[in-house]
Amino acid sequence: MELDFSLSPMEVKGLRSQFGDNVVHESLDFHVNGQEIVGLVGGSGSGKSVLMNTLLGLKEPDGGSVYYFGKDRDSLSSKDRQGLNNQMGVLFQGGALFSSMTVRENIMVPLREHTDLPISLMRELADMKIHMVGLPAHAATLHPADLSGGMRKRAGLARALALDPKLLFLDEPTAGLDPIGASAFDQLILDLREAMDLTVLMITHDLDSLYAICDRVAVLVDKHIAIADSLPKVMNHPHPWIKEYFGGPRSRAALKAGAS
Amino acid sequence: MNVLANTDSMSLDEFTLSVEGRVLRFVARGDWNLASIGKFHDRLESSLDGIDYDNVHYDFSDVGNMDTSGAYILAKAIRCSDDVCFPYQLTGNSRGQKVLMREAAEASMGRMPRETRQWYDTLVRVGESSERFFAEVYDTFAFLGHFMTVLFRQLLTPHTIRWKSVVAHIEDVGLNAAPIIMTLSFFIGAVIAYMGANLLASLGFQVFIVELIGISVLREFAVIITAILLAGRSDSAFTAQIGAMKMRQEIDAMQVIGLDPYETLVIPRAIACVISAPVLTFLAMISGIGGGLLVAWLGPTDISPILFFTRLQEIVGINHFWVGLSKAPVFALIIAIIGCRQGLAVTGSVESLGTRTTKSVVQAIFAVIAVDAIFAILFFEMGV
Repeated sequence: MELDFSLSPMEVKGLRSQFGDNVVHESLDFHVNGQEIVGLVGGSGSGKSVLMNTLLGLKEPDGGSVYYFGKDRDSLSSKDRQGLNNQMGVLFQGGALFSSMTVRENIMVPLREHTDLPISLMRELADMKIHMVGLPAHAATLHPADLSGGMRKRAGLARALALDPKLLFLDEPTAGLDPIGASAFDQLILDLREAMDLTVLMITHDLDSLYAICDRVAVLVDKHIAIADSLPKVMNHPHPWIKEYFGGPRSRAALKAGAS
Repeated sequence: MNVLANTDSMSLDEFTLSVEGRVLRFVARGDWNLASIGKFHDRLESSLDGIDYDNVHYDFSDVGNMDTSGAYILAKAIRCSDDVCFPYQLTGNSRGQKVLMREAAEASMGRMPRETRQWYDTLVRVGESSERFFAEVYDTFAFLGHFMTVLFRQLLTPHTIRWKSVVAHIEDVGLNAAPIIMTLSFFIGAVIAYMGANLLASLGFQVFIVELIGISVLREFAVIITAILLAGRSDSAFTAQIGAMKMRQEIDAMQVIGLDPYETLVIPRAIACVISAPVLTFLAMISGIGGGLLVAWLGPTDISPILFFTRLQEIVGINHFWVGLSKAPVFALIIAIIGCRQGLAVTGSVESLGTRTTKSVVQAIFAVIAVDAIFAILFFEMGV
């Protein structure tokens, strides 16, 4: 299957998700443009994680459909779906590294599974990814348990990028990092986007990240995406929750810091 | 080996290498990505091996799709020594390709350490594991000591013992284990009877089957079956429960709030085990003898239940019953202590939870059988 990378990497049309009688998403429309960094915000329990699981194919939509590069996931054969999955990388919140393997082996897992390169070259490519995400060289032979939270996120990112995906999902990438580590991570995402033509969708509550690196911000509220636009426009949206979110003291402080 | 003289060139479908003076001209064509590089990366490396140059000019005009892996093997042409790399130039590249090449050149600069194996690694591992063994024994006894002090402190003030928790654990350790223990014991009793029946019948000593079943079940099998089942069932559960709590920092939270994990987690489990084990052993004795009786009655020995019970009462002394039963609380205590200790020894990783659970079961069964042997010697010397 050939994917046309000039088309929108991801488009959601009329998505509905529900658990029993509990409807989480109702006629949710959303799209992401190529080489764009989109931030997804929403209150706790608003269904951000459910949306991400649906986009990743971990959960089947209960209605509506999701298109990747113009293709409907439901209409694809399982082989094509896997090909599509190889174009997507995910950084889960805790890194989700395999704890029985070293960092290098973790990064080699997708390579082993989906390419037929010689092992030595895989190892070198894994080491290059380790370098690209800014981990020290000696981290390659460490196990996830020996890494700090920030290093674990970077290692998780290196594994997500192992197959050079076009589409990168980040689940709270800067949560639990100190401000220095968080802004370094933001810069890393910007650099990687430039180098690898990435399209990034990040769930985040880090207002600094939203101000610093997101091209657009999508707000998930009342079971659908109320607005997905540049930050100034989102901030002027009349919805009370959005007003409170961006009008609060934390937001104002972050805006100040972002402007200066 | 493709040794190039300084004006020759080396050409393949994917690339052309030519040398002009000290400059390597590297013309790349087609896709340089994960899907394609496997086909030619060997040939590229061996071609580069034979060339002498100190400057690289890349031409990417005809390059299609390029990703990090492609950039990485392209950058292999840039040789480095002592942090100084050959200069390189790009033509016909896109902006993204330039960034990729910069990243790739930097990555190949700081080559990564390899995991190397040494001839003495085996010795190191033997040394480490024996050190771990002694540390393990020491820690278990240290845990036992701590446990005992907390236990006696609580026994002096019984209202501080968490009885609700004790009862809940009795349900899990005792009540829920009863059916499986009785079933297993029934089969063990039947098997012993079968094994003995033929031999004794051929010798004409059928009636001795009652002693065989009575003594072996009462003295050993009932309590050992109970202990092994507890080790497999409850000991592993203790380790997994406490270990998972430890992983999620629940134990730390308890300590900060002022709850002693020994009082809240270890003592109730130990007491529950000590109370449950004799009851379970008693049930195991009954069903074990039941299994033996059935085989003795219906099998080749043909001993009626009435004869069986009369002989059991007259010949097999009550002391065998007490010997078996007296071991139960000791085994239970060993199992509870090992289970809880391994649970508290779990560290952050999922792997350690697995190894600790395995260790816990192995150590518990080992300790039970070792202590059983000590009991056997002890009772033999005492003449009971």
